[in-house]
Amino acid sequence: MPYTYNTPAQQEEMLQAIGADSVDQLFDVIPDSMKLDRPLNIPPALGELELTSHMQELARQNTNITENTCFLGAGSYDHFVPAVVDTLAARGEFYTSYTPYQPEVSQGNLQVMFEYQTLICQLTGMDVSNASLYDGGSAAVEAMLMAISITRRNSKIIVLESVHPEYRQIIKTYFATIGTKVVTVSDASDLQSVLDQSTAAVLVQSPNFFGGIEDIQTVAEQVHEAGALLVCSIDPISLGLLKRPGDAGVDIVVAEGQSLGTPLLYGGPYLGIMACREEFVRRLPGRLAGQTVDEDGKRCWVLTLQTREQHIRREKATSNICTNQGLFALRAAIYLSVMGPTGMRDVATLCLQKAHYAQQKLTQLDRFESIGDQPFFKEFVIRDKQNDIAGLLRKAADFNLLAGVDLGRWYPQLEDCLLVAVTEKRTIHEIDQLVEVLGS
Amino acid sequence: MRNKHATQLIFELSTTGRNGVVLPECDVPTRDVDQLVPASLLQSDCPPLPEVTEPEVIRHFTNLSTLNMSVDTHFYPLGSCTMKYNPKRNERIAGWDGFAQLHPYQSESSLQGMLRLLSELQQMLGEISGLPAVSLQPAAGAHGELAALMVASAFFKQRGENRTKVLAPDSAHGTNPASARMAGFDFITIRSQADGRVDLEHLKENLGDETAVFMITNPSTLGLFDDQVQRIADLVHEVGGLIYLDGANMNAILGVTRPGDFGADMMHYNPHKTFSGPHGGGGPGAGPICVTETLRPYLPSPTVSFCNESKTYYLDEGSEDSIGRVRSFFGNVGVLVRAYCYIRTHGPDGLKRVSETAVLNANYLLSRVKEFLDIPHGDRCMHEFVASAAPVKEATGLKQPAMDIAKRLLDYGFHPPTVYFPLTVPEGLMMEPTETESKQTLDAFADTLRTIVQETAETLHHAPHTTIIRRPDEVMAARKPMVKWTENAD
Repeated sequence: MPYTYNTPAQQEEMLQAIGADSVDQLFDVIPDSMKLDRPLNIPPALGELELTSHMQELARQNTNITENTCFLGAGSYDHFVPAVVDTLAARGEFYTSYTPYQPEVSQGNLQVMFEYQTLICQLTGMDVSNASLYDGGSAAVEAMLMAISITRRNSKIIVLESVHPEYRQIIKTYFATIGTKVVTVSDASDLQSVLDQSTAAVLVQSPNFFGGIEDIQTVAEQVHEAGALLVCSIDPISLGLLKRPGDAGVDIVVAEGQSLGTPLLYGGPYLGIMACREEFVRRLPGRLAGQTVDEDGKRCWVLTLQTREQHIRREKATSNICTNQGLFALRAAIYLSVMGPTGMRDVATLCLQKAHYAQQKLTQLDRFESIGDQPFFKEFVIRDKQNDIAGLLRKAADFNLLAGVDLGRWYPQLEDCLLVAVTEKRTIHEIDQLVEVLGS
Repeated sequence: MRNKHATQLIFELSTTGRNGVVLPECDVPTRDVDQLVPASLLQSDCPPLPEVTEPEVIRHFTNLSTLNMSVDTHFYPLGSCTMKYNPKRNERIAGWDGFAQLHPYQSESSLQGMLRLLSELQQMLGEISGLPAVSLQPAAGAHGELAALMVASAFFKQRGENRTKVLAPDSAHGTNPASARMAGFDFITIRSQADGRVDLEHLKENLGDETAVFMITNPSTLGLFDDQVQRIADLVHEVGGLIYLDGANMNAILGVTRPGDFGADMMHYNPHKTFSGPHGGGGPGAGPICVTETLRPYLPSPTVSFCNESKTYYLDEGSEDSIGRVRSFFGNVGVLVRAYCYIRTHGPDGLKRVSETAVLNANYLLSRVKEFLDIPHGDRCMHEFVASAAPVKEATGLKQPAMDIAKRLLDYGFHPPTVYFPLTVPEGLMMEPTETESKQTLDAFADTLRTIVQETAETLHHAPHTTIIRRPDEVMAARKPMVKWTENAD
């Protein structure tokens, strides 16, 4: 029992104070018929040393991207994480604290939330950000639910097929239960035919799942004409260069915030970003930190607008969400602070240039061609004329290259296509090696 | 130590021209950006973020951290939150490249260690709950509740039953009704009796053909084990409904009793509580759910399975009936890795000892606190109990003595209990010491509480006296929300 202190003598004293004969007696309220009459059938306890070697064995059975070169993306990206992020996030005062219900002893976390909300607004150009949600996918579904509540239209939402397939699956799960129709359209040019006065919202992703940059502003005009809201899922790294969604008429912005200072973690925990226009602030799900003053007039921060939340409103709450991703919002706040305006511009520029270099080199090979001519940011699709993506990935793996994501897994019509992501971490040498291996 | 000068926001530290990071020169041939992306899609300026150096960032956030109470620094008996010690070895292991630097779309063959870990965790959670079918995907307890209610909805739909109502006692967490609504159900509150147990008569009146799920937290938020739970389960099952167990309080019953053995059909865990993933200042958590074999086909996908032929682990997309995904990728894996480490370092005996010690500590604290505060629900509890400061109200005339006591505890260096929850106890103070606190700490806390309840109304009402801020104006914050910094706003 590694983490309890009380000695048998102390336990005896405690039992006496309680007036119980034994610890077992404290469980008398549980009828014997319900008690487990055997030990749990789980492996016996390991000591720290044994655990460490066991975990080393498990870790060794995984191919990690530190020892391999990662061109995988599709919503989870191998970006540079400055050392300050890990150093600060490892402080026990941050990661072993909890929800700031007592503002007097939580000003650290509350100020971080407030700064995070501000940084997200600065990055996206939106008026208001919440203090974060679970991940990009559940943020997208929460935004669609929010749009339904704002527009009071609950019969239909529209989602572009170029939105992350897993986000679309989550939306399908949630809306199947509550009975709202989810219409999927193949691209923005098809929107006009399905948009009508019963549509609550349209979900667009830019850069989209295939890396392509959408003309958000034009889509926004179309969507607003039908009285619907535009929800846009973005890549926060792209906003070092691309037009901010707040300047393009987007109503609710959501994003996967993993790129902002969080490693890949096999998919989580990540960071769900959500920001909206001012007028929707009371419809936002999740926590919000707000500025106020204390009894002595001193500036300080508190959780605010809590009457939206489940612990007060119960079944009438804007969402059932009860946590934010505090530690990962902290990481994003540190990341954005240390990167600053020029750092974000530089990262985005490096991604853009390197991705274009890689795309050009790959499509110069006889074996590959590009599909479509949409401008792209850090990710692109190549078609394998020999239609052997599995073989290509295996070959690349022999050279410690994780070459890309097989699109056939979600889009049968793209079974001969590979999605390649190139971040600022990839060097010309690594890109050239990828080109050489895939072309050989 | 707190730095009194560090009072600014990161934005107020900004100086034009500073930056905190230097990125490498671009090593590939470049083209003009507007040749690659049409100018209409580009932003003309850099994003208007603060301009600060690395040392400024370090000092700023380090100083902010010193303004928090935390488990690493203080006793934190926040009821219902299980603020136990977070083992450092688990933190370190979860950060290894072999677990942290894995991409969710790597091939299964390149992830066998991770998939094995997740598969074993599924099995262990199934065994601990007595509910063998497990999905690790939900990202938090509330998310697990929602996913499980969706499972129930799909199950009834498949059987052609139109069941529209979810029920829970008045002492339930607010997430229960909120999740029920999000899953498309109507919600009905069932009364508790004076002794804190579910009012069976009121329950019976509300059971019928339309009953989908009864949600129960057992032990309850009052820290009481409802010994009627089997009877409740029978009643709900008789009308064709399902029992959902809110697993927030699993820390009381590990290895002692199992939800699956007292009638639950579905439940979630909070691994960030029970299995000591840290709370992270309010997240991330995780919310794995466990269900009966009957409900397995409806679980969110994917789960991890083992192929006996190839002797490999793989992501199992499940049956046609699966509700589908509730989260991108596999879920909050980092939290699950810590939970795995925690369970493996405890084993069957260790887990049982966790609950025994948590219950012993709570009962001991109760025995001390009852000397000077009301304990409306008796002399015994499980892992937590709710005291009432109502007598202090009478004695002092204070309007909100629970709040005042909580604030005064801050002066003495203790994190307060959860206050005013559950809603059924007037002036409630919900205390959960956890198993990782010593008798000395519990004594010091109880002694302090005793001192506080004897202090003058004046002292209590104006507490805290020594914290860096005192009683922020929450009404003003809500009336005119200022939820971001803007230049020249002050």
